[in-house]
Amino acid sequence: MAILKVESLRKKYGSLTAVDGISFRVQTGECFGLLGPNGAGKTTAIRMLYGYTLRDAGQLEMFGLDIDKSLREIKRRIGICQQEDSLDPDLTVRDNLVGYARYFAIPRQEAERRADELLGFFALQSRAKDKIMVLSGGLKRRLMLARALVNQPELLILDEPTTGLDPQSRQLLWQKLAELKKQGLTILLTTHYMEEAERLCDRLVIVDHGRILIEGKPAALVQERVGHTVIEVADPDQTLRDFLARESCRVEDLGSRLLVYLDEGDELFLKLTREVRAEGCMLRPAGLEDLFLKLTGRELRE
Amino acid sequence: MKWPNPSQISARSLRVWQRNFSIYRQNWKISFLPPLLEPLLYILAFGVGLAVMVGELEYGGEKLSYTTFIAPALVSVAIMHNAFFETTYNSFVRMYYQKTFDALLATPLNLEEVILGEMLWAATKSVIAATLMTCVISLCGFFSFPGALLLIPLALLGGLFFAALGMICTALARGIEMFNLPIFLGITPMFLFSGTFFPLQNLPGWAQTLAQFLPLTHLVTLARGCSLHVWSGELWFSLLYLLVATLLLMPLAIALMVRRIVV
Ligand SMILES: Nc1ncnc2c1ncn2[C@@H]1O[C@H](COP(=O)(O)OP(=O)(O)OP(=O)(O)O)[C@@H](O)[C@H]1O
Ligand SMILES: [Mg+2]
Repeated sequence: MAILKVESLRKKYGSLTAVDGISFRVQTGECFGLLGPNGAGKTTAIRMLYGYTLRDAGQLEMFGLDIDKSLREIKRRIGICQQEDSLDPDLTVRDNLVGYARYFAIPRQEAERRADELLGFFALQSRAKDKIMVLSGGLKRRLMLARALVNQPELLILDEPTTGLDPQSRQLLWQKLAELKKQGLTILLTTHYMEEAERLCDRLVIVDHGRILIEGKPAALVQERVGHTVIEVADPDQTLRDFLARESCRVEDLGSRLLVYLDEGDELFLKLTREVRAEGCMLRPAGLEDLFLKLTGRELRE
Repeated sequence: MKWPNPSQISARSLRVWQRNFSIYRQNWKISFLPPLLEPLLYILAFGVGLAVMVGELEYGGEKLSYTTFIAPALVSVAIMHNAFFETTYNSFVRMYYQKTFDALLATPLNLEEVILGEMLWAATKSVIAATLMTCVISLCGFFSFPGALLLIPLALLGGLFFAALGMICTALARGIEMFNLPIFLGITPMFLFSGTFFPLQNLPGWAQTLAQFLPLTHLVTLARGCSLHVWSGELWFSLLYLLVATLLLMPLAIALMVRRIVV
């Protein structure tokens, strides 16, 4: 069953079309990814989901409820972790959670119980009495996530949950999100970390310039659109280029680097390293990043 | 621009009030100092230093010492300042820098309720300040009772008015430094020319007429009338002015904030 239905969603800022008619559905219990480069329109799309930004066109439905008619009811049942920190700097870590629960009309005792439970889950107990000001970026992110769960949402919406975090914090958050998913929570997540999407998302869309470029399961999409493995060649010379031109394979020439996409097997790699040169040649599995770059191009955004 | 509909507003507004109150409570000792000390400073400076030069003056047919004359104005000015500065600087910081409203909008609250809660809180600050000042000034023996008790509901009304005025400035301000403008052009002239420190009759005719448009003039008139028991029909007019203006400005403030934030 679809917990979230997005139909032809559209938003313009002046002459700039931030979201240009996107449609997708998130099924109960899955983790759905909204991927896209900077400025693709991810945050704009998310903000329309909770009425922060007014949409120009399109239908939004959550839990089978129309957003225009039941926004309050919907907001009671979703948890949102915004891209920017919006923690209350005047309150302590624990009071941020307890205070936030008040907005959901959760009784004080229950709010405190949940706050302590969430502090435990995100390994924040030792910081419970600290002010937000003294927290590191990773701790703030964890607290943002904890806060989004204080109303025990059925759908968790995360806008770039791990941007700016060190590998340790990122791993911890991924592990926690995986646990939540296991408990049956539905997650909608935006990111431009491909590793994150590969690890967490059951299905995803890649968005650019406000449009959906592709939709599907990450592994299947990579297999289908990129291939099985990739040979990377550093500093290619003419001999090497000539060699590859004779083979039937897809080559992407980046000047100082060559990428060769292979559908299966590694014969070409063996042949290349044996007959032409081994130095600077590397064989690796194809990944979501290859697909992402292929679809959205390699130019810098914003 | 979309005007707020009463059906959009619920008791959830009080949650926003509660948030601000619980933070205020953390530092109440510091917050209490200005309203307690300010009147004493003014009474000392104006009452001891200036009053000897001014002597008594006539107000509403009564002879008043200069210090008695300005005491209700001090409370009125505090009502204005507390509410106006709360919904300008403080609300702006919460909206723009702390993203507090972002966080609140992800909960069942809507923006209309958030803004109303902010204004209710700002008016509450006015009430707290007015109450504390009234206590201090009464202890110095300048106010008459029970009339002076009316300063408390008056602080709520005046507080709501200036909270709405401040919120309108916040809705229109691009940056926090923009507030210098309404303060320099509105708040400071009102502080000086609303019958606060001298009777309006001392002004030339045209300036008196102009002063009748200033909301603080009416707040001061009401505060003085009540706390000094100088009753007159004029008070009803001032009350009507403040009531009508508040009922207009509060929905306007909400509508402008919605226009600013929800784009
Ligand atoms: N309030 C606004 N007014 C005008 N333009 C806006 C506004 N918000 C976003 N935009 C523009 O809309 C486009 C999409 O922005 P959005 O924030 O949705 O991108 P994003 O995918 O979240 O990017 P990022 O990965 O950098 O967070 C951008 O070009 C942005 O400049
Ligand atoms: Mg974004």
